[in-house]
Amino acid sequence: MKRYHVFALNFMLVGVLAALLVCAQRFLDGYSIQILNLVAINILLALSLNLIYGFTGMFSLGHAGFMAIGAYVCAILILSPDQKAMLFLLEPAYPWIESAHAPFVVAVFAGGLAAAAMAAVVGFPLLRLGDDYLGIATLGFAEIVRVVANNVPRITNGALGFKGIPAYANLWWNYGWCLLALVLIVRILRSNTGRCFKAIRDDEVAARAMGVNVFRLKLLSFSLGAFFAGVGGGLLASLLTTIDPKMFLFVLTFNVLMIVVMGGLGSVTGSVIAGAAVTIILEWLRFVEDPITLGSVTLPGIPGMRMVVFSLLLIAVILFRREGLMGTREISWEGIAAWLRQRRKA
Amino acid sequence: MNALVEARSLTMRFGGLVAVSEFSAAIAPGAIVGLIGPNGAGKTTCFNMITGFYRPTQGQVLLDGRDITGLPPHAVCEAGIARTFQNIRLFGNGTALENVLVGMYVRQKSFWWQSALFWPPALREEARQRTRAMELLDAVGLTSVAGEKASSLPYGAQRRLEIARALATAPRFLLLDEPAAGMNPQESQELMEFIRHIRDAFSLTILLIEHDMKVVMGVCEHIYVLDYGVTIAQGPPAAIQSNPKVIEAYLGEEALAYA
Ligand SMILES: Nc1ncnc2c1ncn2[C@@H]1O[C@H](COP(=O)(O)OP(=O)(O)OP(=O)(O)O)[C@@H](O)[C@H]1O
Ligand SMILES: [Mg+2]
Repeated sequence: MKRYHVFALNFMLVGVLAALLVCAQRFLDGYSIQILNLVAINILLALSLNLIYGFTGMFSLGHAGFMAIGAYVCAILILSPDQKAMLFLLEPAYPWIESAHAPFVVAVFAGGLAAAAMAAVVGFPLLRLGDDYLGIATLGFAEIVRVVANNVPRITNGALGFKGIPAYANLWWNYGWCLLALVLIVRILRSNTGRCFKAIRDDEVAARAMGVNVFRLKLLSFSLGAFFAGVGGGLLASLLTTIDPKMFLFVLTFNVLMIVVMGGLGSVTGSVIAGAAVTIILEWLRFVEDPITLGSVTLPGIPGMRMVVFSLLLIAVILFRREGLMGTREISWEGIAAWLRQRRKA
Repeated sequence: MNALVEARSLTMRFGGLVAVSEFSAAIAPGAIVGLIGPNGAGKTTCFNMITGFYRPTQGQVLLDGRDITGLPPHAVCEAGIARTFQNIRLFGNGTALENVLVGMYVRQKSFWWQSALFWPPALREEARQRTRAMELLDAVGLTSVAGEKASSLPYGAQRRLEIARALATAPRFLLLDEPAAGMNPQESQELMEFIRHIRDAFSLTILLIEHDMKVVMGVCEHIYVLDYGVTIAQGPPAAIQSNPKVIEAYLGEEALAYA
């Protein structure tokens, strides 16, 4: 298969996606569109965590922290100075916070950059730790971000958070960023740098012996993942229009982790499929939280029930299909072409 | 002739255990040198000190007159020293080709974002790396399995792949830790030819650890013998074979085992 064939097919795929989005916007109700938006953001988040955990083998539980940073930076930049003057009730914002303003693209990008910068700073000491310690330390990091957000009211408006964040994050922005992340991550993974990420995951000692500067590449992968986590956080802030520190609890990281594990650690395709499937299933499962009437008996709705159901599902996946949906396999045009050729021969 | 690699009284202590004591060696460019000794003598520890995995308790390693003691492993590799492992360590999920390509990373000029953004010189470099990697696979006779997962290859092929991956880092000095382990006599014979061949084809200097005496005596020009971390003898194969200390410490042990 020639390179331009692949390029043309990808181009067509993007066209089809765009057409679908146009249709969605015209024919679907607000609720369904909201779910489609969440699908894009969750895919983006899953890809970013998969880069860190699935491809480079760094067990990081700090995603909620990076998302929080991206969300706050983006929200502060897209809220107008007037809005901010009204929002900061506890204490007035610092003048530079109040006056900061930027277009949405810039704000999302800045959110990603801030998260990446933070990742570089915390990664410097943390990435020298062994795997289990890294998980615990990054978990602690995310918690620290939340506590700080609670306690710098002149920047974050404390526990109240922000309301009325402009809802710029429509289908186009969300799928645009998601596509950008997908293309960049796939490009990196297919380059020799990406091969080295996987080498570090497979055998760190051998990678070092082969001249791979393991620490530097880990820092790179960690920061890149954090960048897209920050982007996802920024998009989410604008999609939901409100943020506060409680939103960035560990559950948020857990949700993303669940998608990555279900899709397959080390599979981009898996993250895309699971990102869409998990988001939709989670929404669909909301019915288990409603009161249920069985004949004459009425069971009261139990909030949080869907997470229980979902966790059971996750356990089932891990028990019966340890490697997730895709393992480390990918679906590619080359793969499909090879498969078709084989079918024709048979 | 000046030594390419020089070890100066390398000593490694683990707590109370002296794994290697005052190991000194001067290896001339182009030489094939052996490092032998009974199990636990400290051979692999010597490799780990030379390649930066262990920081010697005492002593220096010089490459071409430059002191490389204490450099991290990746910097040692960049300086021109490559190694293989006693218990094969391949990147199991990658294909044979990908394993070799990882070895080329240390010599890569373009940055990570350049190839991600379709920067033409970076793409050309990747194409060159691929060609070179295929040449290296050809040199070790693995062209036909280039696309196979490394962990699925038979044992002998994995050993050869590890050598190809080490060659990909463009080393001047190559360390082989028991390359003939698990090979039958026929394969060991081929291995000897192969080691000489790569020495010439890639203008290498080679230090190898080996238990198979046929291989060591057949291919090495100079041999160091360790026993309990102490260098008990060194010299050309013929002298080593007849050295009473060596016979007692090492060959005697084997002779007993075969008796
Ligand atoms: N990291 C370490 N910590 C503690 N002791 C070690 C370490 N590495 C090696 N040793 C000890 O040093 C001694 C020499 O080990 P080494 O692996 O160098 O032996 P070797 O000559 O390669 O043996 P073999 O032929 O079995 O491979 C052994 O007693 C070993 O237990
Ligand atoms: Mg050993």
